[in-house]
Parts: sequence; C-alpha cells; structure tokens
Amino acid sequence: MIEIRFAGYGGQGIIRSGIIIGKAASLYDDKFATMNQSFGPEARGGACSAQVIVSDDRVLYPYVTVPNVMVAMSQEGYSKYEPELGDEGLLLIDEDLVRPKPLRGNIKLYSVPATRFAEELGNRIIANVVMLGFFTAISEVVTVEAMKKAIPTLVPSRFVELNLKAFDKGYEYGLELRGKEKRGKAGTAGRC
Amino acid sequence: MKADPKGVLTGSHFLDGDHACAEGALAAGCRFFGGYPITPSTEVAERFSQRCPLVEAIFIQMEDELGSLAAVIGAAWTGRKAMTVTSGPGFSLMMEHIGLAAMLETPLVLANVQRGGPSTGLPTLTGQADMMQARWGSHGDYEIIAVSPNSPQETFDFTIKAFNLSERYRVPVLVMLDECVGHMTEKVVIPPADEIEIEPRRYYKGPKDKYLPFKPDKDLVPPMVDAGSGTRFHVTGLTHDYRGYPVMSADCQEELVRRLVNKIRKNADHIVEYEEEQTDGADVVVISYGITSRVALRAVDLARQEGIKVGILRLIVVWPFPEKRIRELAGKVKAFVMPEINYGQMVLEVDRCACGRAEVALVPHGGGWVHDPEDILHTIRQAAKGKGVGKGVIEYPRKKRG
Repeated sequence: MIEIRFAGYGGQGIIRSGIIIGKAASLYDDKFATMNQSFGPEARGGACSAQVIVSDDRVLYPYVTVPNVMVAMSQEGYSKYEPELGDEGLLLIDEDLVRPKPLRGNIKLYSVPATRFAEELGNRIIANVVMLGFFTAISEVVTVEAMKKAIPTLVPSRFVELNLKAFDKGYEYGLELRGKEKRGKAGTAGRC
Repeated sequence: MKADPKGVLTGSHFLDGDHACAEGALAAGCRFFGGYPITPSTEVAERFSQRCPLVEAIFIQMEDELGSLAAVIGAAWTGRKAMTVTSGPGFSLMMEHIGLAAMLETPLVLANVQRGGPSTGLPTLTGQADMMQARWGSHGDYEIIAVSPNSPQETFDFTIKAFNLSERYRVPVLVMLDECVGHMTEKVVIPPADEIEIEPRRYYKGPKDKYLPFKPDKDLVPPMVDAGSGTRFHVTGLTHDYRGYPVMSADCQEELVRRLVNKIRKNADHIVEYEEEQTDGADVVVISYGITSRVALRAVDLARQEGIKVGILRLIVVWPFPEKRIRELAGKVKAFVMPEINYGQMVLEVDRCACGRAEVALVPHGGGWVHDPEDILHTIRQAAKGKGVGKGVIEYPRKKRG
C-alpha cells in the first residue's frame, strides 16, 4: 500500500492531480485507489492538499497516515505536510517554489522545475501535469500507460495534447534523473 | 423490471460518494429532484442537475428544506420516482415532512450526507450522529427504512436499493451516508441497465371508481395511482380511513398507525440486511456501519493477529435493526464492540437486543474525523475479557499515547 500526499495552493490543480492518479491506478492499472481532498475555506489560494492511497487490496482506512510519497508545489504546503512524511519517504518538489529543509531520516528528495517547464510549454496551468509525469517516473506507483489513459478523460478536450506533452516533459526529466542516479552521478537527488 | 437505459451511465468511473448517489438515483429511475444545497451533500444535487436534461428529469432548487421534501412528496404522487438530499440542519428541517411522507405512504428517497453536529456543527467534516434522528425524528409513531453505504460503489448500489425498498413498502427510505463517504473518490462500476433490477411501482388495477388509496394488500402495503390519471383520490396527514378521508377516532388511529408500523416490522426479515464474517466461535463481535465499518476492519485484522477471536457484523440496512440476529449472537459471544462517530446511538439498540447476556462496549467519536483503528483495537482487547456483561453500554478509557 502506497500513501501519497499532494500539497500546493488552491488553483494549481492539486486535487485534479489526485484524481488523475487515483483514476489511473483504479481503472487502468487494476489496483485499488482512494482519493480524498481538503475541504474548507482554505480551498482557494491557500494551502490545499489531496491524498491518494494506492493498494493491491481494498483500501480500508481511507486517509493518509504516514505518506510514502509527498509532492510539494508550494512552500506553505510543504511546511504544513512535510512533517508527516515517513522516514523512508520520497519527497518531490517544484524546485522553483519550494525550498526544503535539510533532509531527515532516509528521505530522498527529487526536484523538478515543473512550473518553469509548464511556462516554456506555453501555460503554467499545466505545471501539475509536468509534476505528474515526474511523479510517475520517480515513484513507479502507477504505470505511464495508465496515466496517459487517465489524463485525456480529466482535462478539457482542447488541451489534451498540451497536457500529454507536459506529462512527457516531466516523465522524461524524471527518467533522466533516475538514470543519472543509477550511474552513480546523483543528479539533483538529495540536493539541498 | 429492468432499469431504463437512459439513466444508466454504464462503465467504470472514478467518482465520489455524492456523485455516485446521483448516478444511483438516475439508474433507479429517479426523475425528480427537489433540494436545497447544503455542505457536504451539494455535489449530489449538482450532479443530478447536470445530468437531468439528458434523462428528461426535473430538478428544482427549492426555497428551503421543508419545500424540498414537500415537492418530492408531490412529485412521487404524480408517478415519478423522486428524491432529495441534505445534511445536518437541513435534515432537522425535513423532519416534519418525513412524517407526512410516512403518513401518506409515499415512496421517496432522502439521502443524508451526515456531518458533525449539533446545529451547524462541522459543515465540511464527517459524523454519524443522525442515526437516531433518522429513526425517531418526526413526531408520532411510524417505521422507516434506512441504509448505510461505506464506499462510493455502495452508495451507487444502495441508492438503487433505497428506491426499490421505497416502492416495495410505500415508505420514505433514507440513505445515511457521511461526509467521508460522500467526498471520498473511488472506482465505481455501473453495470448495464439490463443487469439492474428495479422494483416497479405497485399500481391499482381495479375499476377507477372503486379505488381506495389506503386499503392494503395482504402484505399491508396499499397500491397507488398517479395524480391526474383519472382516478379520484384524497390524501391527508390527518388520521384517515381507506378512502384517505380524515376520521378523528381512536379506532381509525389504531388501524392506520398499527399498519404503518407493522408493514415494516412484519416484513423486517425481508428488509434487514447485514454482512457477517467469522462470528462462529467469536469472543468479540464488532458491529459497525458506514465509513466506520471500513476503519473497524483494520482494527479487527490487528486483533486477529494478536490471537483474539473477533467476528464482524456490518449493518447494510440500519433501520429496521437486525434485532433477531443480535439476540442470537448475544447468547454466544462475550462482547459486542461498537465504534460509531457519535456518543452512543445504534449501540443502544445493540444493548437492548443483548438483554444483558453479552458485554456491550462503545467506542465513541465526537465527529470531524474517523476513528483511530488503535482505539477500536484497544476496546476489542478489553472486551475480549467479557467482564462488563450486564453493565449496560460501557466505554473503556482511551489508551494513553506516548
């Protein structure tokens, strides 16, 4: 069972990211997934989070307790939720938006300039999808095929192509980073 | 009868419980929704309103919750399947018309996405504290049916079940979700329409001038006609005879109200539904419903790893309560453990049925979140000793955390 926490600010597509992962895992990877989101007055502009549990068996307890993976796309979201990340966890950040504290335990840090990549692709609104591609490459919680099936069903039809491009950008960046890591040239992993 | 394909969104979806509730209603043939938005139930209304033009359904946002349920009662009498949805304070406002629907024997469905209370309480956070209100909230004597799903898939399935039960017994049926189930998103598989069984309305087939809207069939349920279909009839919230006309007498009251109660009680064996696992030879049986039934499973797994013999009884239909089964189990087990997100509601029913023959331990929770499985586990451990038999509902102090 893998527990995932997405954190950012309202409007970044944090909830949508949770829905895409959950749908990819439960409909196209044939796993079980439960997605929950933060509700409340903080939903616009303030700290916002989504939580997804992906499992081979039915998910009983529906909330994240000790996340295995945390994705942070804002400093506030990072500060609020980083303390709950498990000691062996993966921490994925948008490196232009989050300045992490020194790492604790065996947490591994992976950074991507998701928002900058999205701007280069023409629209910062797809930063979350760049991050999803990066997440898919680094965490291997969901398959790339499942993600590519899920995304077109959950974004406006005229933006499908752009979103898939954003996903590929993040995914390839993640693969490259992992390749460097395997060859012993720890790229940005653990950098801070 | 099979479902009308028009309302059935066949396929696999990733939906939250609220949306699944709307899809369940549409699949069941619901074609009227009268409601007033309130967190955390609003998404049911949103989904229904978006989908209804495609299925030729009617959606009305009413002026308040009183009007909502009144509109639903009226729509049901025109021959439509109808529902409303609410939460917290809205549920309280609907109480008067739940009684009216029970008195008029009107088939309808009311989903209550429970949130923390009392009063406005916790609009965006969960609770299970309306369970007794669901049963007893309106004045006077009546019986009700209520179901309690623990996932979006079950919310879809049980909403259909609710419509079927409401038609079968001509009674309002409550779908008692909670915020957690309503807002949780999971896979929901909607089957093809020809695999969804629908209970058709029981219509009167005799001569038009002989119709008596409250003359029951053998199973105590009277057949209906649609308003405007050419048959004269009258309905009123006053105590009434077979014709539906007011009769202010103890005799009429006795016959009518006894039947309203008995049409559910005498048919309880057909209505009651629960899931049971490993109750044979169990020392402790954990009884739960709704979201708590999922959280409890984790505690049960942990207790079994410790060697405690734990069984599970999960309520699907919460009202009528499965008295018979609890009485049987009370003679066999040491203890019942009941976690619920309130300070002790359904556990009172368990205690009543246990008749002092088994310990009854409550694991309460004030609302706003689900139980920590550790708290349920802690109570299971204590209850396995069975020392609280005959002491009524007991509560063990929470385990101290380091």
